[in-house]
Amino acid sequence: MWPRIKSWAAMFWRTMRRPSVHYSLGFLTLGGFIAGVIFWGAFNTALEATNTEAFCTSCHEMHDNVFQELKTTIHYTNRSGVRATCPDCHVPHRWTDKIARKMQASQEVWGKIFGTINTREKFLDNRLELAEREWARLKANDSLECRNCHNYASMDLTRQSTRAAQIHQRWLGTGEKTCIDCHKGIAHHLPDMAGIPQG
Amino acid sequence: MRDKPVVAIALLAIVVAVAVGYAVGRKSAPASSAVSEPVAAAQKPTAPASATEARPASNQIDAIRRGVPIAEEASPPVMAHVENTDIKRVRAYPMQPPTIPHSIDNYQIDKNSNRCLLCHARANADRFQAPPVSVTHYMDRDEQILATISPRRYFCTQCHVTQTDAKPLVANNFKDIDTVMSEQPVQKAN
Repeated sequence: MWPRIKSWAAMFWRTMRRPSVHYSLGFLTLGGFIAGVIFWGAFNTALEATNTEAFCTSCHEMHDNVFQELKTTIHYTNRSGVRATCPDCHVPHRWTDKIARKMQASQEVWGKIFGTINTREKFLDNRLELAEREWARLKANDSLECRNCHNYASMDLTRQSTRAAQIHQRWLGTGEKTCIDCHKGIAHHLPDMAGIPQG
Repeated sequence: MRDKPVVAIALLAIVVAVAVGYAVGRKSAPASSAVSEPVAAAQKPTAPASATEARPASNQIDAIRRGVPIAEEASPPVMAHVENTDIKRVRAYPMQPPTIPHSIDNYQIDKNSNRCLLCHARANADRFQAPPVSVTHYMDRDEQILATISPRRYFCTQCHVTQTDAKPLVANNFKDIDTVMSEQPVQKAN
């Protein structure tokens, strides 16, 4: 078995090292370029297809639990009609971070296959753990996904209610706290928060 | 298959039936809607917003209908907005639960979490400069002080409510004791 693999690899290596006999350099470069464009386009299209609300809610775990809760919040429907969909908050927008998150999501595929949260009861039992993972992620990146839309520098504090303006200036403006410290459970219901600091 | 012709005839019959049904259905559909249109127009809400101020009509049976006759559909009044001024209101009477001077949209108050206590718990009030919950709310019914909010006081919105800019449905001429006393002529002046 092993010698056969070895000889096959050696043959492959020789072929790859040898200059092309039949195809011109121009054909190979241009062909490689076009193939690369097609491959990249397909890869990115598939990646973006997994980055949509429709894809996320195609699993009943997401559709029946967290999506129903999102529907009642201002991030789903509001006066100006801007909707934050699942990936806007749960997937980083920058490419490297996005790929890293998508790799982590393979664990979620595992969970889906083996039914880790495939009933309402299992979901509620695991809800705190799931939520804590997201809080830790947002705390670590300074609430990056919130700040993709909500930029402190762009906030018109005079158009906020006085208490909101005060608290934002005092805690967010000084950088002592980040969005997720106070705004937990704004898009989904909170699990049992006994003993967990909010704000 | 010996009854090939039979099958063919049956198929043809089905096709013809579907075609006839489709044609008849198409012709009758607009006709029926044309008939029903004037009826719908007659039943359309004829009560404008001003009708809410009007005197109750003779044939109305329910005051909540705001004077709109029972056979007509009322157009709902404009939705009221929650006052979000953050200015504390005076209590209308002693022991009144203070009203909430800000909006509380989507605040989660359940077994798992209490959004109000994020700011109004005694431990957090200084950080958010919010009025802390009264110490009575930390007492059980035997007046023993508890470490956390008393379960019987947990659901804030049972007593504390927001106020909207809606017009009162019923006029209220309640006067508090200070007003009553200031209106009384001073009898024992000298």
